[in-house]
Amino acid sequence: MMTKQPNIIKVSGPLVVAKHCQGAKMYDMVRVSDKRLIGEILELKGELAYIQVYEETSGIGPGEPVYLTNEPLSVELGPGLASSIYDGIQRPLNLLRDKSGDFISRGLDVAGLDHQRKWHFYPALKAGEQVNPGDIVGTVDETPLIKHKIMVPLGVSGEIVEIKEGDFNVTESVARIKHDAKIKDITMLQRWPVRKERPVKEKFAPLEPLTTGQRVIDTFFPIAKGGTACIPGPFGAGKTVTMHEVAKWSDAQIIVYVACGERGNECADLLLSFPELKDPRTGRPLLERTVIVANTSNMPVAAREASIYTGITIAEYFRDMGYSVAVMADSTSRWAEALREMSGRLEEMPGEEGYPAYLSSRIAEFYERAGKVTCLGKDSRSGALSIMGAVSPPGGDISDPVVQATLRVVKVFWGLDDKLANSRHFPAINWLLSYSLYHNNLRDFLKDNICEEFIVLKREAMRLLEEEASLLEIARLVGIESLSFEDRLVLEVAKSIREDFLHQNAFHEVDTYTSLKKQYLMLKVVMLYYALSKAKLKEGVDFEKIVGLVVREKISRLKYIPEGNLGEFIKIEEELRKSYA
Amino acid sequence: MLREYLTVESVSGPLVVVGKTENIKYAELVEVEFSDGAVRRGKVLEISEDKALVQMFEGTLGLDVAGSKVRFLGRTQELAVSPDLVGRIFDGAGRPADKGPDIIAAKRLDINGNPINPSSRAYPSEFIQTGVSTIDGMNPLVRGQKLPIFSAAGLPHARLAAQIARQAKVLGKNEAFAVVFAAMGITFEESDFFIRGFRDTGAIERSTLFINLANDPAIERISTPRLALTCAEYLAFDLDMHVLVILVDMTFYCESLREISAARKEIPGRRGYPGYLYTDLATLYERAGRIKGKPGSITLLPVLTMPEDDKTHPIPDLTGYITEGQIILSRELHRKGIYPPVDVLPSLSRLKDKGIGSQKTREDHSDVLNQLFACYAKGKEARELAVILGEAALSDLDKLYLKFASNFEDSFVRQEESEERSIEETLGIGWSLLREIPRQELKRIREDYLNRYYAVE
Repeated sequence: MMTKQPNIIKVSGPLVVAKHCQGAKMYDMVRVSDKRLIGEILELKGELAYIQVYEETSGIGPGEPVYLTNEPLSVELGPGLASSIYDGIQRPLNLLRDKSGDFISRGLDVAGLDHQRKWHFYPALKAGEQVNPGDIVGTVDETPLIKHKIMVPLGVSGEIVEIKEGDFNVTESVARIKHDAKIKDITMLQRWPVRKERPVKEKFAPLEPLTTGQRVIDTFFPIAKGGTACIPGPFGAGKTVTMHEVAKWSDAQIIVYVACGERGNECADLLLSFPELKDPRTGRPLLERTVIVANTSNMPVAAREASIYTGITIAEYFRDMGYSVAVMADSTSRWAEALREMSGRLEEMPGEEGYPAYLSSRIAEFYERAGKVTCLGKDSRSGALSIMGAVSPPGGDISDPVVQATLRVVKVFWGLDDKLANSRHFPAINWLLSYSLYHNNLRDFLKDNICEEFIVLKREAMRLLEEEASLLEIARLVGIESLSFEDRLVLEVAKSIREDFLHQNAFHEVDTYTSLKKQYLMLKVVMLYYALSKAKLKEGVDFEKIVGLVVREKISRLKYIPEGNLGEFIKIEEELRKSYA
Repeated sequence: MLREYLTVESVSGPLVVVGKTENIKYAELVEVEFSDGAVRRGKVLEISEDKALVQMFEGTLGLDVAGSKVRFLGRTQELAVSPDLVGRIFDGAGRPADKGPDIIAAKRLDINGNPINPSSRAYPSEFIQTGVSTIDGMNPLVRGQKLPIFSAAGLPHARLAAQIARQAKVLGKNEAFAVVFAAMGITFEESDFFIRGFRDTGAIERSTLFINLANDPAIERISTPRLALTCAEYLAFDLDMHVLVILVDMTFYCESLREISAARKEIPGRRGYPGYLYTDLATLYERAGRIKGKPGSITLLPVLTMPEDDKTHPIPDLTGYITEGQIILSRELHRKGIYPPVDVLPSLSRLKDKGIGSQKTREDHSDVLNQLFACYAKGKEARELAVILGEAALSDLDKLYLKFASNFEDSFVRQEESEERSIEETLGIGWSLLREIPRQELKRIREDYLNRYYAVE
């Protein structure tokens, strides 16, 4: 009996139902109609397949054919990923532009990697050696910042019978491996289904900080390499600016930035500024270590759902090479909304706020793909994958199901505050609301690399900020005059911590990035002012004099001291000590 | 190929189910001829093998099941565009409403448009001087930005929007400039105010208006902004004009969307609005922007009224998540008789940083802006404190800030409806206010700007 060609029986927005889909599997990719729109199977009922289409479906109707590919939604992994800018299903945006102009039209089929471009392959192994999945057979200098390691794909092991140096494109064989008398070609290209986690040998606790150059984050609410963080806040509180800053300055080796359902102009900013910005450590353009997945809010909603997975799979692939990778997802709420929209069209029973009941398990699955790991391969290299997700709850209300489901799994919470943003205190991360569960993990690192005193200073400064909140409460009731001078000193110092330390201007050329070392020095000066003033106050020095010290103007400008001139801090410290005389 | 069916099966609100259909496409345009001969239009919302669900644009009053004819036109809703669009007035469905002739199409464009490829976008960076201090000084607008006005019932958003449309210009340039105005569900009086404003100033010559009034079919509002934006895209990217699009009032648009969603019995999201409200609004707002290598631009100024002055209501909330900032109007300032009652603190322009500074406005603009924000915030805090404790309990510094806040509202925020302030004037007022504050308090301003501007009168 001849099998019938699958064809469409129903169209409702991005949801298409097709019949005669025997043999189709869940999450397989399909091509819809002769326009060859890209879709994915979401549900199977007998021989009916429910397909979410990643492109606009107007002009599609019943009776048109559906082509099965019998392959799940996958990404292409190999040299050429770095500096790329993709849409939600890994189509390079610049190629889409070449094909269809400034506006994205439909049914465009573009490979994720350039299959023509030649890369110079340096073998790392010789013929005759035994290899297993994850072993590095050779390298490619992908960009001056990234040495791309070519790994033996999963399910292939045996003896290398041939391996050669030279210029190859990603589909040409660079090595041949003999396994059970069969010869298998190794190319630089791997395909991997996005919804499936890439395997690792072992996971362990993250112990190193991922420094971001943002003082409030690195000092008070640090994230570890391999950790997870979320940054919820209402619109205008500075989520995206903070995410961009972290993407620019964090010391991860690879950044994967997923702009999921966000603004087109913001993506443009990212696309235009990253090639120009220099990595503070290497001096090379930041784009060379960055992969951008941009699916703006007006691009098809189903592709938005996929964009998060596309991003994380690319990140996992780099992690497997032994790199420290950071994924920024901005914003996971838009992804959750895409889930909700598709769930609604599938007529599933809704959970909270109309979100599907599986929302929290999907979110947990996503964040669980982070971690500090030992990668597959005999050299037991370690890699780290950190995830930072922005969440945009309606009205900034953190009781929103997406925020709550996220908070259950992430370890760091950067809570953005409307009030701070309104008084232009940026980053508007509320220090009383936020938390990080990595302080203990990172202790030893700080002790060994910065100074043990930093840990004490951090705690002390945090205590002052807490105290400030309760003192302000009292001051509001009874007036500031009725507080003791000790308490008023606390208020002064806390204000100094807020304005001189926590406040950071992303658009100031020096202030935009602060190294851990400088953060320590800055905090040290501020806290020294507190310690000295407290002692002098006890000795009976006039409060107004302490508050009015000229050197405080210098403290307020500590942030503008360039990284190359940290000796300045010692001078200011001395000046501070002398100024009480 | 024209296909005509007599098989209307059911009608419910704006939705019509047509049976025994064949070879219908999703989103296709539909004409329904009522038994009294009237012809109304709609589009296909959902199709299965032998049924099509049609959403009528202009209501279903007078539609009967037996005698109506349904024609499927085989194309999606389109707008006929040509340079003659400029200077014309259309109704909410794109038909001439000024007794002028039909547009002879140079091109027919699908009103849904296609998304701009993010890698084709040029970053908006040209400062638009609106002549309004609270916008130019504190929340600067740039070409290609989408900046909504969040208003509420009874506030003068129409006057402000009209003032911006009248005064907006890019410094030192004289380029082809057009205004596309779409009214959705506003009253005759409000729309008349705009049209008169456009006529009186001669601006009508460079404007295209799409007017759907409160008593026009609500469903028609779904296409009104799309028509306007399609027209804007044509003017901006085909004819290289700079287009300012004003959409009033997005709240009515969203309510129409909710009406359709409810008629389709979809699972509602917050406050009964459909779950895809964000995506739907994004497909409108995101059509603003600039494209690399093209001189034209679309700047979008949607106006919406916040139900119960509530910023967290889904319409302003989702809008704020899509647009690049917002201008919020304050009832408190309005009550004090201050025009324009722009609430500076929660207002925001996200794209300001690339649009201001030396050679664009003035080198000290960004610092002054930050400092004014910080001082005004402190002043408002002091004002709250004074309410609780009495002014006497404030410290001397707090008293200064308190005075600053009042002066700021009185001389910086307040201006005449016809007053067009240059950016120099706006910054000058800013500095004259800042001089009342001790110099060491001005931490957001760089030393050399303080040296240059703080001392000089």
